[in-house]
Amino acid sequence: MSIENVTTVLSGDEPGGIAEAEASGGWLWLRSFTANRLAVAGLVVVVVLTLFSFLGPLFYHTDQIHTRIGMETLAPGPGRPLGTDDVGYDQLGRLMVAGQTTLEVAFGAAAVAVLVGVAWGAVAGYLGGFVDALMMRIVDALLAIPALLLLLYLATVFRPNVLMLIVVVGLTAWLVPARLVRAEALTLRSREYVLAAKTMGVRTPTLIVRHIVTNSIGTIVVNATFQVADAILVVAALSFLGLGIAPPATNWGAMLSNGLNYSYSGYWWLVYPPGIAIVITVVAFNLIGDGLRDAFGLDTRRQ
Amino acid sequence: MVVVLLVTIIVFGLSRLLPGGPARAILGTHATPTNIAAFNRENGLTGPLPAQYWHWLTGVLTGNFGFSYVLNQPVSSLLAERLPKTAFLAGVSVVLAVLVAVPVGLYQAVRRGRADDYAVTTVTFVLYSTPAFWVALLLIDILSVRLHVFPAEAPQGSFSAIFSDPGAMVLPVLTITLVTIAAFSRYVRSSVLDELAQDYVRMARSKGTTRRAILLRHVLRNALSPVVTLLGLSLPFILSGTLITEEVFNYPGIGLLAYNAATQQDYPVLLGVVLVVGIATVVGSLLADIAYALLDPRVQLASDAGAGR
Repeated sequence: MSIENVTTVLSGDEPGGIAEAEASGGWLWLRSFTANRLAVAGLVVVVVLTLFSFLGPLFYHTDQIHTRIGMETLAPGPGRPLGTDDVGYDQLGRLMVAGQTTLEVAFGAAAVAVLVGVAWGAVAGYLGGFVDALMMRIVDALLAIPALLLLLYLATVFRPNVLMLIVVVGLTAWLVPARLVRAEALTLRSREYVLAAKTMGVRTPTLIVRHIVTNSIGTIVVNATFQVADAILVVAALSFLGLGIAPPATNWGAMLSNGLNYSYSGYWWLVYPPGIAIVITVVAFNLIGDGLRDAFGLDTRRQ
Repeated sequence: MVVVLLVTIIVFGLSRLLPGGPARAILGTHATPTNIAAFNRENGLTGPLPAQYWHWLTGVLTGNFGFSYVLNQPVSSLLAERLPKTAFLAGVSVVLAVLVAVPVGLYQAVRRGRADDYAVTTVTFVLYSTPAFWVALLLIDILSVRLHVFPAEAPQGSFSAIFSDPGAMVLPVLTITLVTIAAFSRYVRSSVLDELAQDYVRMARSKGTTRRAILLRHVLRNALSPVVTLLGLSLPFILSGTLITEEVFNYPGIGLLAYNAATQQDYPVLLGVVLVVGIATVVGSLLADIAYALLDPRVQLASDAGAGR
C-alpha cells in the first residue's frame, strides 16, 4: 500500500521526542484507516471505477453521440464485450460515459452539500444564541421535507443538466453536515484555545475557519464520503422518475432504469452492468466512510 | 411550532420559484397579461409578498390548499383521499422493518466480528446500496413474474380495497421494509455496541446477571431509545422510498399523486403534498422526542428540549 508508505515516511522522518509523538498522532488515523481492509478495498474500487470512467474512453473508442439503427440490443459478442443498448450505443463505452456523469454529479453534489453545510453549521454553532436557534430551525424545517419530493419539484422547474443536478442535489443534502458541524462547533467554541484566540482579537470569520472548521475536519470528511454515496442513489432515483439528464448524456441510474424496461426481453446486459456499478460504488463509498469514521474515532451513531 | 411555520414559508417560497410566477405556470405560456392579472386578483397574488403569504396561509389553515387544474379537484380532497393510503403503506412497512431490524442488529452486535456478523452486514450493505426501484423490480421479477405468488400491481380504488386484496400489498410493503431494514439494522448494531461498552454492563455482569438478562433488560432498552429518535428523523427518508415504491406498483398514495403532479406540472398538488408531508414529519419527530423522554428517564423534556434536535 502506497499510503502506508507515506505514513511511515512522514512519521519516521520526524526527529524524535515530542515532535514524533505529535506527527504520529496526527497521522494515526491514516494508519488506522489502511489497517481496515474493507475500507482500503472500497478506496481501490473507487479509484478503479474512476479510472475506468475517465481514462477508459481513451483506450476503448466508441460513438456515444449517434444512435445506430439496426444495431440495437445486440448480445455481447466480438467487438462489443457488453453488447449494445436499445438505440445501438456500445454498452461498455456507455458505461464509461455514464460513469463520468455519475461520479461528477456525486462528487459535485457532495462538495456543494458539505461546503454549504459546514459554513452554516459552523456559524450557527459558534455564534450560538438566537442566531443559532433560528438557523437550526430552518434546517429542521427543510429536513422535514423529503429530499426526493423537493427534487421532484425542483427538477420540474429547472431542466436538469449536470451542473443543475449538482446544485439541486447538493442543496437538498447540506442539512446533515450542517447539524453535525454545528454540534462540533458548540463544544469547540468554549475550548481554551478558541477563547484565547478570541481574546487576542482574532476576527470571527478567521476564527470559525481556522479553529472551528479545521477541528471538525474528521466529521466533515466522513460525512462527505457518505454524501457521495447518497448522491449516487438520489440521482439514480431521479433518473428512474424520468427527471434525470437528457440523452445522449446519461448516468448509471438512467442506464439501469432504461434497461429495466427490457428486463422481460432477456437483455440482461442492459440491466446488470449499470446496476452492479451503482451498487459496488455506493458500497465502496460507505466502506470508506465507515473506515474513516473508525479511524477518526468518531461516535458511530452520530453520522 | 416555529418549524411548522418555517415549513409553510418554504413551501410558499417554492411556489415563487416557478418561472413567471404561479399564474403563468397554471394558465400556460399563452396566457394574456389580462388573464394573469385576473388570476392573481382572484387568488390573492397581488400586493407585497408578506401579504400574499398571509392570504395563502389563512387559506391553508381553513383547509384551502389550492385547486388542481389538471385533475379539476380541490387539492385538499385529493390529499384527504390519498394520505391514509400512504400512511398505511409506510406505517406497516416501518413496523415490520423495526421488528426485523432490532433483533438482527442485536444479534450482530453480540456476534461482532464473527462470520455471521459479516454475512449479515454484507447483505444489509448491498441492500442499502441498491436503488429502491431496482429492489422493487427484482421482487416483481422473482415473486410475481417467475413464481406467480403475488401480483405486481398494488390494490387500486378506495382505502378498503387494501383489505379486500392483502396479497397485492405484499410486494410494496416488502420493498419499503427491505430498504428500511438495511438502514435500521446498521444503526441498531452500532447502538447496541455502544451500550455494551458501558460501565453498567460490566457492573451487571460482575454481580452475576446472566448474559440474556443483561441484553434484554438493560442493553436493549437503552439502545432502543435512540432508535425511536431515528424513526422520527427518518420519516422523510421513508417517504422518499414510498414515493418510488408507489410509482413502481401504481399504488394510489400521495407519492404517486406527487409524481403525477410533477410530470403534468400540476404545481398546486405537488406543493400541497410537500406541505402536508413536511408538517407530518415535524409532528412525527416531536412525537419521537416525547417517546424518547418516556423511554429514557435520563432525558428531561426541559424548555430547551427542542434545541438539542
